[in-house]
Amino acid sequence: MTSSSDPGAERLFASLPPNDDDAHARLHARLVEAAQREGVLDIGYRTIDSPVGPLLLAATEAGLVRVAYAREDHDGVLAGLAAAVSPRILNAPARLDAVARQLDEYFARTRQHFDLRLDLRLSKGFRRQVLAHLPEIGYGRTESYAQVATASGSPKAVRAVGTACATNPLPIVVPCHRVVRSDGSFGGYVGGPETKRALLDLEGVA
Amino acid sequence: MRPFEQIVADYGPVVLRVCRAVLGPVDAEDAWSETFLAALKAYPDLPGDANVEAWLVTIAHRKAIDATRARARGPVAVAAPPERPAATGRPEQWDGDLWAALRELPAKQRAAVAYHYLAGLPYKEIAAITGGSTDAARRAAADGIRRLRATYPLSTSDEGGTR
Repeated sequence: MTSSSDPGAERLFASLPPNDDDAHARLHARLVEAAQREGVLDIGYRTIDSPVGPLLLAATEAGLVRVAYAREDHDGVLAGLAAAVSPRILNAPARLDAVARQLDEYFARTRQHFDLRLDLRLSKGFRRQVLAHLPEIGYGRTESYAQVATASGSPKAVRAVGTACATNPLPIVVPCHRVVRSDGSFGGYVGGPETKRALLDLEGVA
Repeated sequence: MRPFEQIVADYGPVVLRVCRAVLGPVDAEDAWSETFLAALKAYPDLPGDANVEAWLVTIAHRKAIDATRARARGPVAVAAPPERPAATGRPEQWDGDLWAALRELPAKQRAAVAYHYLAGLPYKEIAAITGGSTDAARRAAADGIRRLRATYPLSTSDEGGTR
């Protein structure tokens, strides 16, 4: 980090540790708290481990705004949030406590639907209409892309339903995994087909 | 624009070292906190090509001036605060002698030394932050280092092997 050309002066500071991890952790926590208090923490995030791999969870003050699988590249997702919402982003685990707990319960099969405030700002127009319908598909049930298109008010927009599911910013919580092909096969999934199968297995879908 | 978390991770440690050098360990953490909170607020408006480190040091410099003024108005800080039980197990993992020697430097020299040798900023940037010319900043850093060498005991024992 030091770009000095004076080796004697360098030696003066050689005894200093370049990092003080304890202090840094303490100061980071203090920053999150102050930012939250002053309403300038636009996005707080954390990652959790889950049976379908590490999940990134991100929330605005309005609610949960993003759930991302590892294959979506968490760093890239955060960069996308910085561009689409705000770069005032900090690792703030406490903001996601309720989300993490409910996901744990979901994976432990003790929870069948989520009770969370959602911020759907990343999804617009028809896609948002589709996402609004998805929580109505009950736990352990499925609907076809065509059924979802009809329920969302545009029976012919089957492909658009596929796009809405593929770009769902809140997978698992907004259950796009319950949308399958009319022939009964699973179709694609933002978390990969094996993840979709794992979630449907978890919910007891034959 | 990088998420602010990245800015904290990349520059948090160096700004803490600078704050400690300029203000001493007692006030450094307050200055760091105020610096990064102010930076978080202003961050969305920061130009994409800005030198982030120089920007942070500029904010920290202003916070340090505020802290120094507040200290001058407020009660005089005791040289050695009463000992408290350590919360971390390592209450002071930096070199106390060095920070004491830094505290003896005039403010301009201390700032120039910290910003150049700890933050790695060029003298031109330092002059923009502290005011004055590039040459004056270079001179202040050189004078500060010379004085530190004279007053900081470890530097001589390192070279002479007298310990």
